[in-house]
Amino acid sequence: MTDQPQPAIVADGLTKSFPGVRAVDALSFDVRAGEIFGLVGPDGAGKTTTLRMLAGIMPPDAGNATVAGFDVVRNPEGAKHALSYMPQRFGLYEDLTVDENIRFYADLFGVKKAERRQRSSQLLEAAGMAEFRQRLAGKLSGGMKQKLGLVCALIHHPKVILLDEPTTGVDPVSRRDFWRILYELIAEGVAILTSTAYLDEAERCHRVALLHQGKLLFCDTPANLKAGMGKGVLSVTGPEPRSLRSQLEHADGISSLVLTGDGLHVVVDDAPRRIPEFEARLRAARVSFDAIQQVAPTIEDLFVDAVGSGGSTHA
Amino acid sequence: MSFNRLLAVAKKEVIQILRDSRSLFIVVIMPVTLMMLFGYGVNLDLKGLPVYVYDRDGSQQSQDLLKHFQASKYFTIARVVNNYPALTRALDDGHAKMGIVIPWDFSQRLSEGGPVQVQALVDATDDNTANVLIGYTQAVVQGYSSGIQIAWLRERGLQIQPSPVSVETRTWYNENLESSAFIVPGVLALVMSVIGTFLTSLTIAREWERGTMEQLISTPVSAMEIMMGKLAPYFVLGMFDVVICALIAIYWFHVPFRGSFLTLLVSSAMFLVVVLSLGFFISVLAKSQFAASQIALLITFLPAFLLSGFLFAIEQMPVALQWITRILPARYYVSILKKIFLKGTPTALLYADLVPLAVFAFVLAALATRSFHKRLE
Repeated sequence: MTDQPQPAIVADGLTKSFPGVRAVDALSFDVRAGEIFGLVGPDGAGKTTTLRMLAGIMPPDAGNATVAGFDVVRNPEGAKHALSYMPQRFGLYEDLTVDENIRFYADLFGVKKAERRQRSSQLLEAAGMAEFRQRLAGKLSGGMKQKLGLVCALIHHPKVILLDEPTTGVDPVSRRDFWRILYELIAEGVAILTSTAYLDEAERCHRVALLHQGKLLFCDTPANLKAGMGKGVLSVTGPEPRSLRSQLEHADGISSLVLTGDGLHVVVDDAPRRIPEFEARLRAARVSFDAIQQVAPTIEDLFVDAVGSGGSTHA
Repeated sequence: MSFNRLLAVAKKEVIQILRDSRSLFIVVIMPVTLMMLFGYGVNLDLKGLPVYVYDRDGSQQSQDLLKHFQASKYFTIARVVNNYPALTRALDDGHAKMGIVIPWDFSQRLSEGGPVQVQALVDATDDNTANVLIGYTQAVVQGYSSGIQIAWLRERGLQIQPSPVSVETRTWYNENLESSAFIVPGVLALVMSVIGTFLTSLTIAREWERGTMEQLISTPVSAMEIMMGKLAPYFVLGMFDVVICALIAIYWFHVPFRGSFLTLLVSSAMFLVVVLSLGFFISVLAKSQFAASQIALLITFLPAFLLSGFLFAIEQMPVALQWITRILPARYYVSILKKIFLKGTPTALLYADLVPLAVFAFVLAALATRSFHKRLE
C-alpha cells in the first residue's frame, strides 16, 4: 500500500469477550516486516482469539488492527490475499493428497500454474516432503501435516503469516525444518506472528509478547526481557528436587520457583545474597544438594515469575 | 466473484465426493434402489386378495357363486374350510382378507325364490382395502344375483330388457390403471430431496466439524464462491440422477412420458436449487453433520414423502394439511412430474406449479446466500 516502512501488523486496543470471559483485553503490539514475533502464554491467554481477529475471521468488540496495510476490522477481506493463517487445528483436507491440497490453496489465491509448480517443489523440498506428494494428507504424521499446512500457507508468497501453535505435537526433526523455513522467509521480508506454548521456542523469536488472561504482560526481545527482569535466577541441583522445593518455597526473597529435571529454578531478588542463605537452610534441614549457582534467566523463568508459579508450562 | 476460485472449490468437492463411498452410494445406488422399491414394492392396486370360504351348503348353486368370485381378478379363493374357527383364525393371522360364509339353506332358499344372505367377514384393519373389498364383493354378488333373475324370467317365458343404463369407462392418462405409473414419477422428487438436501447438509457441516472451514475463510475466496462451488457438483449429480430416474421410469417401468423433456429438466433444475439451498442453509445453521442430516430428513424427505401428493392425494387430506402442502416445494414438483409424465400437459398450462417452484428457488437461494458468513462466532 505505502512506501514508508510501516509495521506489517498493528494491533491497537484489540478487545474481544465471550460469554463470561474477556478473552483479549485492550491488546496492542506491532510486528515489522522481516520479524518473527511470538505470542506466548498458557491456554486461555487469548492467543488464538488474537490471531483470528488479525486473520479477519473474527470481528473484535473494540480496537483496530491493520495487516499488510489493510484495516482488517472494517474490511476483513482486504488483507486476505496478502496474509496466511494456519489454525491450531489442522485445517487441510485429509481426504485430499498433499498435491491436491497445495493446488487448492494455490487456486484460491490465484497462483499461476508454473509458479505453483516451482514454489511447491521448492517448499516441499525444504520441508523434506518431496516424496509424499501423492499421499493423502490424513495419512501424514503430525509433523508432516503441520509442514504441509505451512507449504499451503506459503504458496502465494504472503506478506504476513499468522501461525497458531504450529509446532504443538510436532516431532523435533519436523520442528527444526519448520523453523528453518520460517527463518528463510524472514530474509524475504515476511512478517511472522506465531503463538506458542513452548517457551524454548519463544527464545527463537525476534520479539516476544507474554499474554496472560487476555492482557499483555511484557513485549520485547527475549534478551531485553531477561535483562530487564531485575531479578536473579538460581539453579539449585540435587538428587531430590521435591525435597529441595519443600525446603525453599517458603524462604525469604523468592518470587517464584519451578521444578526442572535435576532440581529447581528459583527467581530471587538478590542472587549473591541468597546463595549462602539457601545453602545454610538446606544444610540445616539435611537436604542434600549438589550446587546452587546463578544462571541466565530463560523466558520460562520470566514467564512463570510474571504469571505466578505453579502453572505448568512446557519446557 | 472469481470463476477460478469457484472452480477450485468445485474441483475439491468433486474429489471429496469421489473418495467418499457414502456419497457415491447415495448418488448412484440410492436413486435406482428407490425407483425399484417404489416401482415394485409399493402397489396400491388391490388384486388377488386372499379369500377363505366356508361353504355350508355345498350345492351346485353355492359353487356357482364361488366361481364368480374366482373369476374376478380381485379375489383369489385361498382355501375352503369347514368350520367357523378356521375362518376366524385365517382372518386373525392375516391369511385371509375376507371370509365368505354360504348358509346351509342357500340352494334351498334360492329354489324357493326367497331372498338369501351370504355373509362376508372383512378384515377392516386397513379401511381403504376393506372398502374396496366390500365394493367388489357387492358387485360380484350383484352380478350373480341378476344372472339368477334373468334365468328365472326366461323360464317363465319372459324377456328382460338388458340393463337400460350402463357405464362405458375410459381411463385416461394411466390407461392400464397401474399404480407404478402413478408412483414412479414422484420418486424423482424423493431422490432430489435426498441428493440435494441430505448430501449438501453434510458438506458444509463437515468443513466446520473437521476444522477446515477456519482455514478456508482466511483466504480470499468469497462466501458466494464457497456456496456456488460446493453446490455446483451436487447440482450436476442431481441432474444426472433426474435423467437416470426418468429413463428407468420410461424404459423399465413403461410409465408413459407425454410431456416435454425440456420442461422436465427445467423444473428439476428449479427444484434442485430449492433443495440445495435448503441443504446449505441447514448446514450453515447446524454446523454438525449429525444434526444437519437429521434436520434435512425431517424438513425435506418426510414432507416430500408424505405431503407432496407423491403417494397420498392432496385432495384427500384434511383442509389444514392441504394448506400446509402449499408451502412445500415438493408438492409443486410432484404435480409437474405427474402432469409431464402421464398427462403431457403443455408447459404453458404448468405455470400454476412452475411459478411457485421458481419463487421458492429464488427465495431459498437468497436465504442460503445470506446465511453464510466468513466469520467465526
